Amino acid sequence: MAHFVDRRLNPKDKSLSNRRRFLKRVRSQIKQAVDEAVRERGIADVDRAKKVSVPTGGVSEPTFRNARTGGRHEHVLPGNKTFQTGDRIRKPPRGSAGGAGKQGSADGDGEDDFLFSLTREEFLDFFFEDLELPDLVKQSLKEITRTHPQRAGYSTSGSPANINVGRTMRNAMGRRIGLRRPKSREAEELLARITQLETLASPTAEQCAELATLRARYDEITRRRKIVTYIDPLDVRYNYFQQRPEPNANAVMFCLMDVSASMGEREKDLAKRFFMLLHLFLDRRYQKTDVVFIRHTHDADEVDEETFFYSPQTGGTVVSTALVKMNEVIAERYPPSEWNIYAAQASDGENFNGDSTVCAAVLREHLMPVCQYFAYVEIVGEDEAQLIRSEETGMELWEAYRKVAEAWPNFARKRVARATDIYPVFRELFARDHEGKANG
Amino acid sequence: MASRATSAAGDLLFDQTDWDFDTLRRTYDAIEEVARKDLELDFYPNQVEIISSEQMLDAYSSIGMPLMYHHWSFGKHFLGHERLYRKGARGLAYEIVINSDPCISYCLEENTMPLQALVMAHAAFGHNHFFKSNHLFRQWTDAEGILDYLEYSRRYIAGCEERHGTDEVEAILDAAHALMPFGVFRHRRPRQLSLQEAENQRQARLAAAEQNVYYLWNTLPSRPDAAGVTDAALQERKRKMQLPEENLLYFLEQYSPILQPWQREILTIVRNVAQYFYPQKQTKVMNEGCACFVHYHILNALYGAGRLTDGAMLEILHNHTNVLTQPDFDDPRFSGINPYALGFAMMQDIRRICEEPEDEDREWFPDIAGKGEWRHVLKDAWANYRDESFIQQFLSPTVMRRFRMFSLADETAAPFSTITNIHDTRGYRRLRDALARNHDLSSMEPDIQIVDADLLGDRCLHLQAIRRDGVPLHAADRDATMKHVERLWGYKVELREVSADA
Repeated sequence: MAHFVDRRLNPKDKSLSNRRRFLKRVRSQIKQAVDEAVRERGIADVDRAKKVSVPTGGVSEPTFRNARTGGRHEHVLPGNKTFQTGDRIRKPPRGSAGGAGKQGSADGDGEDDFLFSLTREEFLDFFFEDLELPDLVKQSLKEITRTHPQRAGYSTSGSPANINVGRTMRNAMGRRIGLRRPKSREAEELLARITQLETLASPTAEQCAELATLRARYDEITRRRKIVTYIDPLDVRYNYFQQRPEPNANAVMFCLMDVSASMGEREKDLAKRFFMLLHLFLDRRYQKTDVVFIRHTHDADEVDEETFFYSPQTGGTVVSTALVKMNEVIAERYPPSEWNIYAAQASDGENFNGDSTVCAAVLREHLMPVCQYFAYVEIVGEDEAQLIRSEETGMELWEAYRKVAEAWPNFARKRVARATDIYPVFRELFARDHEGKANG
Repeated sequence: MASRATSAAGDLLFDQTDWDFDTLRRTYDAIEEVARKDLELDFYPNQVEIISSEQMLDAYSSIGMPLMYHHWSFGKHFLGHERLYRKGARGLAYEIVINSDPCISYCLEENTMPLQALVMAHAAFGHNHFFKSNHLFRQWTDAEGILDYLEYSRRYIAGCEERHGTDEVEAILDAAHALMPFGVFRHRRPRQLSLQEAENQRQARLAAAEQNVYYLWNTLPSRPDAAGVTDAALQERKRKMQLPEENLLYFLEQYSPILQPWQREILTIVRNVAQYFYPQKQTKVMNEGCACFVHYHILNALYGAGRLTDGAMLEILHNHTNVLTQPDFDDPRFSGINPYALGFAMMQDIRRICEEPEDEDREWFPDIAGKGEWRHVLKDAWANYRDESFIQQFLSPTVMRRFRMFSLADETAAPFSTITNIHDTRGYRRLRDALARNHDLSSMEPDIQIVDADLLGDRCLHLQAIRRDGVPLHAADRDATMKHVERLWGYKVELREVSADA
């Protein structure tokens, strides 16, 4: 006698710890792949799973084995068609791909790279790593948005509480009609007639025959009524609910960047991480997040992401143009009553002489009153960062923004030389979020 | 209509593709009856477990065992399998069966009912019988103890990780895994020391400790017959350490000068797991052949008795044929001789030889041809052979012709490969020898032995690899593995490759 065990409900992810061990092992390759993804991906799709390929060398499991070449090998193969004993087959020249062919990779994936994909969580872990986020923030950024159940048709399985009575009865009736289930009234009438006949003291032969047919008919009807039940499990329908993400308020994120020649590859890469982090934050908090890219030299225009990061442009630097442009876009498409407005500005801190006061004025008068948060990063070289230690001193734009920061608590500014420096810009933003959560 | 349904249900085991536990039980009992009464199989009690596809992937990646210690390489295999599975490039195995008492078979929940019947006949009876009766398994594996042992090893290694850190443990496991194929006794069990010998060993240790006190004596100039002494010392060492030793892990575990007791225990664990799987590596063709033969016979018997519907039988045959396909050598799907196909074909052929032999068979197999007792012959083969000897003994010209086998020899230096034999009168025997050699582990895996280790001298560990047919070791892998040996030995390690003729 066999013993049957249902193991399907056993705890899952038994191999999770093996997986972690493996990821730890190939850390450096994953890091590389994640950096690459950060460069290639759009700001909005940073949090997707990622395929990573690791050269087999890093994760090989060597053992002593015989080489494939050298010495004499003899194999038995199936499927001879035309060969005769003693036939000689010219070997393909060394190093050509076709020769070793399938036989070469008989024992596995051969020498190809080992390919696997990271989950969204794992990817974000690596992405956060050099941003040095506090754990709490990491956790809350990885959280998927809240959902609520929404009606989405019917299903054949579900919990009894969700039975849809109307549907179920309709199905049952259809089935009863289709399978010709005798009505209960019919049965009652027969029974009444039978009782009536049975009570007769001296029935005629005719009546006896009728009684017999009626009884047979009655039995048949009861049997059919048993087979074709009134309600069958087949008929039951349940209301089906789908988990829909909570519709939340909308947010728009403005990315402002100085694209004059002084912003090089490194600066743009840092700026991109800065934008990505803010986007991750918004994406979690708001159901719909629009991103607007505004680049500027001495003149500002709204562009798509590709152009924003990769298209070179030359010209002077007038920062206020970007702010003015942002103000225009808000007026045109994003009424502050319906949209939460966030802005992230990246620049190397240079500005046209005298323009910085204009910037401060635009911010004070137009933008800060409607913005939830405005983050400004000044991207500097690492050696420069060593020189300018103090937050107090800086170039004209920095100085001008200092006054704005004093007046508005939701304005943050920071000098950034490394990826590590980015998070502190948002520190307050994330901190406020936690308070909000604790209160709400 | 209703009456037909009821009368049919009495005979049929099932008439739909969904399974439930009642149907499984009913089908199991029917299969068991055929297995016991018709085939007269002898098997461990069965435990059939239904698992999900993810659990199947889990089991896959930890070399098919339900409980296994943690190691990154299992994670790597999981990712590899998972990717192929998700891509649809590879289906999952329908079952995994474990050589234990009771015998555990894992069946995938996605299997349809006909498939579950196939899988139960295949694993719970075919493999199970083979595990219980084959001499290699009886001699080398402990079916009763394996699950407990794995549980113990998992706990032990987890404990080590806590005490000594995962990195330390991982390093030892990496090294041990590299030597896993060389952690088995191929010919003998390790000798248990008798009480007397254990006592002698203790005395010798004491004496050695005392000897250290007289270190001054050692500064005396060596005696004139030093060469003779070293030679004698080598002989003495070889005798004591039972050199040469083919079980590298065993030797390292016993004699490595640097390993901590817990590290030695980990080597023992890896070694025992390797030893447990060693019979499976040697009996792939037979094991799968036996299971296929058994499921084919049982399901046909059930079908003949009218207990399976035509549709179910068609589905079973479809899967059966898929597994037993042998693509030709020039087919893009070709990846070596399919052990399922070869084993099944040979066993079916044994039955044919027993029942309706031709003249050729009488000449080749005078002992069994026409005797009719195919059950007895097969059971004897399942019990007493391994792949190499089974092929050597039972591969018939009929099967060679059916597979259209030929042998291809390849010398690295020559510009040509040569067809040495084909399936003709001259070639049969030599072809059979060649195929048997291809299934002989001791000729497919390198032959590496420890030949000397002077623990009192320079402590250099000498390994020797014997090249058969002039085939060298894979150089890059060799060097990487040597690093692992060095890590376990702690001192210099030398590997010499010598030709078999020398």
